[in-house]
Amino acid sequence: MKGNDWTVICRVEDIPVLGARRVARERGMDVAVFRNDEDQVFALLDRCPHKGGPLSQGIVFGTSVACPLHNWTIGLDDGKARAPDEGCTQRFSCRVQDGAVMLDPVELATLALDEQPPAAGPCARHG
Amino acid sequence: MKKMKLVMIGNGMAGVRTIEELLKIQPELYEIAVFGAEPHPNYNRILLSPVLAGEQTLDEIVLNSWEWYGQNGIRLHAGKKVVQVDRVRRIVRAEDGTEEEYDRLLLCTGSNPFILPVAGKDLQGVIAYRDIADTTTMIEAAQKYRNAVVIGGGLLGLEAANGLMKRGMDVTVVHVMPWLMERQLDDVAGKLLQKSLEERGLKFAIGAHTQELVGGEDGRVKKIRFKDGSELDADLVVMAVGIRPNTELAEKAGIHCNRGIVVHDTMQTVTDARVYSVGECAAHRGIAYGLVAPLFEQAKVAANHLAQFGIGRYTGSLTSTKLKVTGIDLFSAGNFMGGEGTEEIVMSDPTGGVYKKLVIQDDKLVGACLYGDTVDGSYYFKLLREGRKIADIRDKLMFGESNLGDAGHQGQNKAACMADGDEVCGCNGVTKGTICKSIKEKGLFTLDEVRKFTKASASCGSCTGLVEQIIMFTAGGDYSAAPKKKAMCGCTEHSHQEVRDAIRSNRLVTIADTMKFMEWRTPNGCSSCRPALNYYLISTWPKEAKDDPQSRYINERSHANIQKDGTYSVIPRMWGGETTASELRRIADVVDKYRIPTVKVTGGQRIDLLGVKKEDLRDVWQDLGMPSGHAYAKALRTVKTCVGSEWCRFGTQDSTQMGKDLERALWRMYAPHKVKLAVSGCPRNCAESGIKDVGVIGVDSGWELYVGGNGGIKTEAGQFFCKVKTKEEVLEVSGAFLQLYREEGWYLERTVHYIARVGLDYVKKKVLEDHEGRKALWERLQFALDGEPDPWFEHEKAAVDTRQFTRLQTEDEGQTA
Repeated sequence: MKGNDWTVICRVEDIPVLGARRVARERGMDVAVFRNDEDQVFALLDRCPHKGGPLSQGIVFGTSVACPLHNWTIGLDDGKARAPDEGCTQRFSCRVQDGAVMLDPVELATLALDEQPPAAGPCARHG
Repeated sequence: MKKMKLVMIGNGMAGVRTIEELLKIQPELYEIAVFGAEPHPNYNRILLSPVLAGEQTLDEIVLNSWEWYGQNGIRLHAGKKVVQVDRVRRIVRAEDGTEEEYDRLLLCTGSNPFILPVAGKDLQGVIAYRDIADTTTMIEAAQKYRNAVVIGGGLLGLEAANGLMKRGMDVTVVHVMPWLMERQLDDVAGKLLQKSLEERGLKFAIGAHTQELVGGEDGRVKKIRFKDGSELDADLVVMAVGIRPNTELAEKAGIHCNRGIVVHDTMQTVTDARVYSVGECAAHRGIAYGLVAPLFEQAKVAANHLAQFGIGRYTGSLTSTKLKVTGIDLFSAGNFMGGEGTEEIVMSDPTGGVYKKLVIQDDKLVGACLYGDTVDGSYYFKLLREGRKIADIRDKLMFGESNLGDAGHQGQNKAACMADGDEVCGCNGVTKGTICKSIKEKGLFTLDEVRKFTKASASCGSCTGLVEQIIMFTAGGDYSAAPKKKAMCGCTEHSHQEVRDAIRSNRLVTIADTMKFMEWRTPNGCSSCRPALNYYLISTWPKEAKDDPQSRYINERSHANIQKDGTYSVIPRMWGGETTASELRRIADVVDKYRIPTVKVTGGQRIDLLGVKKEDLRDVWQDLGMPSGHAYAKALRTVKTCVGSEWCRFGTQDSTQMGKDLERALWRMYAPHKVKLAVSGCPRNCAESGIKDVGVIGVDSGWELYVGGNGGIKTEAGQFFCKVKTKEEVLEVSGAFLQLYREEGWYLERTVHYIARVGLDYVKKKVLEDHEGRKALWERLQFALDGEPDPWFEHEKAAVDTRQFTRLQTEDEGQTA
């Protein structure tokens, strides 16, 4: 157990049922926290393994989220793309205690810092 | 908990598919054992013909490897023929004494070839064409011998003959009936087929009755002798005169058989509920199917019951046929022979090698037989299955529609002519070669499977027709049988129509209630059914059903259009495409203030701001001070207009004002799919009214209305709907038509497809002929739209969850709540 080392992010009710919120990090891309209809909370890097779509914006069902860009389905519990697609997005440990949603600050500060957000628009035109 | 025991007899395609379906939904329920008479794992029997013709190898047609059985904990007894089923002690016994106990038994014994009862049938070199052993025998014979005779000019016989010829043998097909493939083709097409096969080098003895097979001293067949006394040399005789359901074992076990093992809609035998049967051996409502698609449907139903879900019934299939002889295009379905009470539309060009016959009965297509040009096979098959009235499309019927779009695949419409490197799916960059490869390697059979694995036709869908053709000739001709109805998604067995009907007739007002009532298989649906259900509820019960933003696609949840980098685009509404200096100034200020990287004029006469951060959306809307353009929604988008009589020297009507009035009357209108309108002031049609869901064209004496146009994937010209005199009539007719579409359309069905499904005559009857009905539709639309909020300004009323616009901070940076 990590004891007091957890960072409180929000209350469970701050996340919509079958929805998500984005958590900003000091470095690296956002983390998405998801809530299903049984009040379980999951945390994944907010980046689809396919083309980097923001998973926090997807439709949540069961223990999955459908990426808003190309409808890949990603498992909330393991970050893995459901067959036949292949790929995996970074998972973050997540705890709920007395209704408070908590993430591990060490993971927030260290995991998946190199992942780049997808680019679009004029700045993406020439590589 | 001790697992139940499931034993399957027969290791063929239908049976193994049942187990695969079962493992998908209930992997832990059973301990599974499988007996197979052949010493092979499950392979694709349909592809034996390409193997014989040397186009594929045996390894390539294996569907489930030896490892697959092990990985799924299945005990496979390959090469062991089951000789006894003891239903009292529930034990299965094989020839070599191997025994397995069962709680549930699955009989998939398939079929046996029918052997003509003539003298000499047991000679060496006389075989049937059914399995790998027969195929290898033929391949070996082709290396040593010269003359082959195939008895039977049906599908299987011709494929065998073609294969043997390709292997270098001199092949004669003996056929007792007056033309080839008489169960799939009429006489004209049968003779065309014979002609083109003769050109390839096959010989035929049509109408010949086989008397006996004569052997040589070595015990091998030498000659075939006919009733009229004539003879042919034969070193190999292949009997392909039909198959019989293999019911021997079932009959011995006292299970009722009548041209097959008789089963209920649940695929349980009528005799013993513990015993199931699927595949060619099963007789369902008197029919034993021999094609793969119906058998896979049966497999799904059987798996559902074995998994104790107790849902799903098999209610029979419509089937169609295609011959797997490379380069010969042939398709037939339904009652293609016609007969009393039917009419025929025929197009015949024997020199060009094209023949098409459509059979019509009671204003419906009931059969089709195509030779030489089969592009529209799947279109006809769809009409056949849906049983739609064809009066309104009768004049165009023969020329087909096909699912083919106009764009994205170089104008190709014949998959057979395409090279492996040619692109089939322009959206996802999938070539023909890639599709063929995955069909073979992954053992795919249906359009859905191919879409899943290759993504071909999974985006815009315009290449669906091409992909279907590729599946037909790669996976086998038997692919194209289809269920009579299509389920909404994997979460339910119900179709869109059934769900819409249930919501209305049972007054269901929430997604949860609907799922419960319709026995959804998943706890909260999926990304495909939830948006559909949400739409059905709010369109059926306006002001009553509550909009559920979490069941909406992100664009309709954030009221902006998500871009590939996760930013959004914002398109404010400009009524009828008109704007002002002050609006443009505000737009310019917003672009500067929020550093919006791209500003683009849209095809719908509006301005698109691209690359807006989600955090800025609310401020951007506020600063713009213009209404939402709903460019992100399945809703009324824009009403495009030309300048019209106010300025244009040709204009006959004030089209801009008409467009503004329409847009003001219809905006905030959610629909099954996006809805676009246009109003032109004269027949020069500068606003492109001909390719809009509702297109209005001003003429000197009033307005013409067109419906069901579409400028997208497949360009569809709108169909003339009516001509009216006044502006009020334009509003009422357009509104009533759109309300009908809103109430009856299936989610993601554009107006063109809705009209194609129900028929333009039906729509005219409801909107034009029934005056009371039209008024009621128009009133219902106005009721639904009255007081609807603008989501950009009335967040709460429009159920916009504003929490989405802020990011949570980790506590060091100060927590927001």
